[in-house]
Amino acid sequence: MNLTNGAEAVVRVEDGVLIKERVPKSYRLKELDERIRKERTKAEARLISEARRAGVPTPIIYDIENSTIKMQYIDGIALKHVIDDDLSEQIGILVAELHAAGIIHGDLTTSNLILSNDKIYMIDFGLSFFESSVEARGVDVHVLFRTFESTHRDHERLIAAFCRGYRKEFAQADEVLERVKEIEKRGRYA
Amino acid sequence: MKGTVLGIEGTAWNLSAAIVNEKDVIAEVSDMYRPPTGGIHPREAAQHHAKYASYVVKGVLEEAKQKGVDASDIDAISFSQGPGLGACLRTVATAARMLAISLDVPLVGVNHCLAHVEVGRWKTPATDPVTLYVSGANSQVLAYRMGRYRVFGETLDIGLGNAFDKFARSAGLGHPGGPQIEQFARNASNYIPLPYVVKGMDLSFSGLSTAATAALKDNSMEDVCYSFQETAFAMVVEVTERALAHTGKNEVLLAGGVGANMRLREMLDIMCNERGANFYVPEKRFMGDNGAMIAYLGLLMYDSGNVIDVENSHVNPNFRPDDVDVTWIPRDFEEVRQS
Repeated sequence: MNLTNGAEAVVRVEDGVLIKERVPKSYRLKELDERIRKERTKAEARLISEARRAGVPTPIIYDIENSTIKMQYIDGIALKHVIDDDLSEQIGILVAELHAAGIIHGDLTTSNLILSNDKIYMIDFGLSFFESSVEARGVDVHVLFRTFESTHRDHERLIAAFCRGYRKEFAQADEVLERVKEIEKRGRYA
Repeated sequence: MKGTVLGIEGTAWNLSAAIVNEKDVIAEVSDMYRPPTGGIHPREAAQHHAKYASYVVKGVLEEAKQKGVDASDIDAISFSQGPGLGACLRTVATAARMLAISLDVPLVGVNHCLAHVEVGRWKTPATDPVTLYVSGANSQVLAYRMGRYRVFGETLDIGLGNAFDKFARSAGLGHPGGPQIEQFARNASNYIPLPYVVKGMDLSFSGLSTAATAALKDNSMEDVCYSFQETAFAMVVEVTERALAHTGKNEVLLAGGVGANMRLREMLDIMCNERGANFYVPEKRFMGDNGAMIAYLGLLMYDSGNVIDVENSHVNPNFRPDDVDVTWIPRDFEEVRQS
């Protein structure tokens, strides 16, 4: 089963194991290409593990080999199909924990949040990185709000619920949420 | 679309005036500021523009006259309002205001980055591209979406051309650095690992430039130039590919002076081929900074009522392309293209 085919990786599931492989880019010099894919694969696996250590449910890593990660396949339903105020508040708590641990997800959408056995899992750390700036956190939250706006009718209530959860767990929440408003005005990251 | 517009470009080193109508460029006269040594000195560039402004404007009017277009046929004056070097922008804006007042026609303030995109859409078959705009000062990936050109990725520090120039200066090569770096790169034999900095969709070149300079200590000029190019171009092509995947568009347009590099074109061509996208490069005169692109976007804006009063024609050295209300593309453009 092929799940997604982004610009960077192909993802398939075999016997309950998710296999994510970064594909070679022939426009890049082979040596450079291999280095980048290897570095990013390693970094992604590390970020997934660090996030879990910070209290955010993420897939368990089974194996890393060159530019391929084998990890737990989270069998559940994407939050975009089931989101409500309560779940949105829980997302706020998770993102707060992630940010407090110095991690930026980089692609927070309701498709990358999976509800499985009453637990919300965060997946796809392909664009994640370590950073603690208000700007990076603001962009992270902004991207999520954009998916609320483009796919959910009650987005204003969902945003309010998210902010409740985010504030609960994160001392710098107000500063970040203030920056989100500013980023919105810039009209970037569409 | 109808009309004849005189546009003046002068954001950096090239001062260029052009007259266009909806069919073609009628006339264009340019004069480049060439620093005797080193890079562009903003004040000297502005003095150059002040000295030659009347020369390029008179020249372009004369050239147009020979083709049967008089000054009285001009419907509007456009100028590069930003982004660019403040002193240069102010000089060009002054010339444009004077012209608009003396000919008694409207004034149009043009965003320089968007002029690169629009001249590419005009002079190539591209209709709705992801644009990679790489020049001395700017490095951006742009695409149209819902009334604006959005910046999908951009440099967080210096432009790619500027990174080449900085390196070239420390390496004792002349200015601009790009063409010489390309020349040296052709005779390289080794790749030297250099920092590859893509942060999400954004890019950073200043560390790469510094690392390339440091690598000269233990490596040949050829190998360093080659490795610098390979690393920097892979970064911009990656972000361009991501923007393609994200927007679902299937055209790539290359713009800006760095676009003259053949290796960059080759890499973009390979990437587009693999994704089934079309790749477009305008002819050389429309790639670097030129008056025609300012006149052409001026025409599009004039035609869609996007003009400014002289009182509100301040220049903006940090003018962002996503601040511009895109009046010249119909609101149903995307729906029409999808159906």
